[in-house]
Amino acid sequence: MTLMQKIITIAICAFATMATRFLPFLIFREGKPTPKYVQYLGKALPAAIFGMLVVYCLKNVDILGGSHGLPELIAIIVTVALHLWKRQMLISIAGGTVCYMMLVQLVF
Amino acid sequence: MKKESVRLKALRAAFPFTIPIFAGFWFLGLAYGIYMNVSGFSFWYPMLMSLVIFGGSLEFMAVSMLMSPFAPLQTLLVALMIQARHLFYGISMLDKFRGMGWKRFYLIFGMCDESFSINYTAKIPEGVDRGWFMFFVTLLNHFYWFSGSTLGGIVGSLLTFDTKGLDFVMTAMFVVIFLEQWLKEKKHYTAWIGLLASVVCRMIFGADSFLIPSMLCILLCLTAFRSPIEKAGGLS
Repeated sequence: MTLMQKIITIAICAFATMATRFLPFLIFREGKPTPKYVQYLGKALPAAIFGMLVVYCLKNVDILGGSHGLPELIAIIVTVALHLWKRQMLISIAGGTVCYMMLVQLVF
Repeated sequence: MKKESVRLKALRAAFPFTIPIFAGFWFLGLAYGIYMNVSGFSFWYPMLMSLVIFGGSLEFMAVSMLMSPFAPLQTLLVALMIQARHLFYGISMLDKFRGMGWKRFYLIFGMCDESFSINYTAKIPEGVDRGWFMFFVTLLNHFYWFSGSTLGGIVGSLLTFDTKGLDFVMTAMFVVIFLEQWLKEKKHYTAWIGLLASVVCRMIFGADSFLIPSMLCILLCLTAFRSPIEKAGGLS
């Protein structure tokens, strides 16, 4: 690729990203009422998206081979338990991450 | 109240929420910068790309695109597919970004997975300006990603300490955000739809191409079960 072609490729990536981020706001403008169905989606989607993002983070976990996803499972249980106990986001995340690092570096 | 103190207060409130993202973005950003570095790109590439694209998964993908023959149409399609999930974020944020003035533009521009998740779920303390809070969450995240990937591009291969497993910080963060949302809801139909649809699509379509099918599946389920979900109530 020439420098110009590289710049164009990067610009296309930036454009595509911005298109997906701005499109809903361009279609459903401020000041105009948002259709009921879209309002419903706006409320129903987030919980589903967060579920999808968790699965997305774990997409490369191989349950059948390697460590069978055990370090991930254990670390998630620790994260959830810490969070239900203390309800402090930073403690839960730090605890789960340290647990995972120890598991993959020392145990598995 | 003076304008300065409104901003400072919002920054103080926003910063703690972004600490896990600082850890995650520096780790991933460094990894990304190093990856570009060893692929033969100067640090200008990760630096500029993290500024203008600000979307991790696509930026990683873009490295291999930049090393292949020039294919603008394919680049556009792949980029749109990787980034399509932002459409959902936008739909969820239509109300929250209302009336934010000029900040709205930057909030939308910088709406990555992490900024969206925090801005959607964070309980913003009383007396803190919502617009500035979300603005600083986005700005700090943007800065972490930018500085991490630039640093990775510069010092790249010099780093040798054992960070194996640190990337789990992102997984842990999304688990906590998912859990917070779960605890806030009375019924968990939509959370289950998201989890199950994604797991099933991951098994059918594989790790690299399950996002779009998952999104379609979620949309289909939410549409098909709209009346029971709305009747169950509890949608915040």
